Amino acid sequence: MKNSLGRVVPDTFTPFTTSDAFTSIPRKQIQEKSKNQPIKVFHSMEDLIDELQIKDGATLSFHHHLRSGDDVINRVCTSLHKRQIRNLTLAPSSIFPTYTGIELLIKAGFVKDIHTNYLSGGVSDLIHQGLLQGLLIMNTHGGRARLIESGDVSIDVAFLSTPAVDKQHNGCGTLGKNACGTLGYAQSDLRYAKQVVLVTDSLVDKIEQIDFDHHYVDYVLLLDSIGEAEGIVSGTTKLTKDPVGIKIAKDTTKLINALGLIKNGFSMQTGAGGISLAVAEFVKHEMIKQGVKGSFASGGIGKQYVQMLELGLFERLYDVQCFDLDAVSSYKQNRHHLAMSASQYGNPFEADPIVNQLDVVVLGATEIDLSFHTNVTTDSFGKVIGGSGGHSDTAYGAKVSIITTQLIKSRLPIIKKQVTTITTPGETVDVLVTERGIAINPLRKDLIELLQDSTLPITSIESLYELQHTYTGIPATLEQSSEVVGVVMYRDGSIVDTIRKKIS
Amino acid sequence: MRRSLLFIPGNNPAVLNNSDVFLADGVIFDLEDAVSVDEKDAARLLVAKYLAGIKKGKTELLVRINACDSTYLESDLAAIVMPSLDTIVVPKASVKELKKLDKLLQVLETIRGIKKPIGLLPIIESPQALLEVVPISKQNRVVGLLFGAEDYTASMEINRTKNGFEILYPRNVIAVACKAAFIDAIDTPFTDTLDVDALKVDAQLAKSLGFVGKACIHPSQVEVMNEVFSPTLQEVFQARRIIQAFEEAKTAKLGVFSLDGKMIDEPVVKRARTLLSKAKQAGVWREES
Repeated sequence: MKNSLGRVVPDTFTPFTTSDAFTSIPRKQIQEKSKNQPIKVFHSMEDLIDELQIKDGATLSFHHHLRSGDDVINRVCTSLHKRQIRNLTLAPSSIFPTYTGIELLIKAGFVKDIHTNYLSGGVSDLIHQGLLQGLLIMNTHGGRARLIESGDVSIDVAFLSTPAVDKQHNGCGTLGKNACGTLGYAQSDLRYAKQVVLVTDSLVDKIEQIDFDHHYVDYVLLLDSIGEAEGIVSGTTKLTKDPVGIKIAKDTTKLINALGLIKNGFSMQTGAGGISLAVAEFVKHEMIKQGVKGSFASGGIGKQYVQMLELGLFERLYDVQCFDLDAVSSYKQNRHHLAMSASQYGNPFEADPIVNQLDVVVLGATEIDLSFHTNVTTDSFGKVIGGSGGHSDTAYGAKVSIITTQLIKSRLPIIKKQVTTITTPGETVDVLVTERGIAINPLRKDLIELLQDSTLPITSIESLYELQHTYTGIPATLEQSSEVVGVVMYRDGSIVDTIRKKIS
Repeated sequence: MRRSLLFIPGNNPAVLNNSDVFLADGVIFDLEDAVSVDEKDAARLLVAKYLAGIKKGKTELLVRINACDSTYLESDLAAIVMPSLDTIVVPKASVKELKKLDKLLQVLETIRGIKKPIGLLPIIESPQALLEVVPISKQNRVVGLLFGAEDYTASMEINRTKNGFEILYPRNVIAVACKAAFIDAIDTPFTDTLDVDALKVDAQLAKSLGFVGKACIHPSQVEVMNEVFSPTLQEVFQARRIIQAFEEAKTAKLGVFSLDGKMIDEPVVKRARTLLSKAKQAGVWREES
């Protein structure tokens, strides 16, 4: 079966039709959990697992707020491996290369399906080789929240890394030696998992700023360490110093300005990538120059946006995850730095998710094609190297969605006739900015009209496509395996594309 | 226009490939100081391949060759002289070496069937060169002079400062020599790539002395140079008023007339026309705007 984008979809799934198809579907929500049992505290992972009686076929979830520094997922997986528990479904909100415990389970053949929003490293290699028993399902941040609240994925146990837990068994992200700030991705797990375990290495008397309410908690596991705080800061959250990246960022800022978006009350989000972050820096200068005060910035928050909040350039920040320790500290101290759950952020069924209030979002791309379909999920061999995260959610919601990318990366042309894997449908992508020109999606006639007298280097995506080949030549088309190892699930639960096994 | 001439090391393929994206008026591929001795061959080959393969656009393509008294000169010329090359940047220039270069280029251009003569942009970077700046400016093929303050101040045994007081004299001399020879005066690069404000002040000073552009050693400097060395909207507005007043005076058969209480004569009108022409080239003004 093919979806409206022409991509094959396994028969057991709903094919993607349009990005707003969800508007004609009623919201599906299971009951939030209610519990009567007192909270039990454990000091040993093995004792806890004994107590939980996890069985073959269980579904377990985790969050990734400690990013590369998280050790909870590895310790849980190691214990499950020792116990030979099979046919597992894992639902971590992201998977980083340091999450080697998952590799252990996959190699043993114990993992059926994996639901996640972002994936890189050894787990991806194993899935590409076809070692997963079931399928990899790549979600969006908002889509994962929808998936859990709808009960489409029913979580048996949520293991939630929690930097600090108090005597009442509330949890928070702002205290403890592994303070990581907001805990937005875990809110659905907390509310809808059948059993919730807060895993911590810091007990405190009282938490004022509660992120995990004890009413949802079944167990607390106190370990010597839940991870390494240094791993919270991600390499993808540093501003580019590359002159070409800087040029793209400057042109993007000029574009945002030319569209008249930089004005009092405006809102923005930039993805975690060197160019996107440089855009935020240049927009900051433009706001100061024009004396503009925006309403909010959102998404993953790093020190740049913290600085903008402190300079009074934005009224507030909506933060689903902190990218660095400056953001952690700001969330702790600044009452205008607000936590948001993944559902409030991008769940299509929320009444007015934050993504829908955005004026502009600046995102990256691994590949983009002539229909503006964007791939941030796989490389050109089809191996998963990332994932949507909030890409598809914000591209849909923001008034203007801008993709920034170098036209040529490592000698490879980035604009394809058809992307290897569709992550974000082209109908929700408005503009592409490269170092050699800006292309506007023909569907956005309003933007084209607004920019018709602009001195910006505006051209068509077809011209950029041809231009890149004058430098690189036309790459050979890669053959794809017929064996499906995963799917890319749109935020509404429909399938935009499939992920295939490596050709041996 | 030579508002911004961006130096690109000749031995870095990635940088070379992106050299035209920063919108510099000209790109100088460097075979000299930016390239270490063990990389000279690789750089020469790379630049030659780039020039041979490029689809020529508006950007002026220049190559800074190694010094004329070095052993690299003939290999450099043999590799890079081709139709796509616009101008050769000549380090440590002297009249004698420019004459030698002119002859070598005549031979190569004839053999290779190059119709448009390749220009020369000598670098004035020693007290000796400064003393013969007038004859240098009048040599065949010379399209402008580039001031090289780093080597000049080293030869003079004086320190470089941000305000540039110590190079005011050579700047004045070079600017005057260029105007007299109807060629372009290009100012020395500003070496602090992080201080954009000071770069702007330095460029404005050079402009006020008669320079038409400045060499850039980092892509981030290009935008500032293009802005500083382009006519401002205010200048464009005033130039249009002068020309309009001139046309009206001509209809009224007046030789000399005044605007805002100031006398306007032929040289003022000529300057206004030149400015509008530059503004058009720089994209600051369009006829209908």
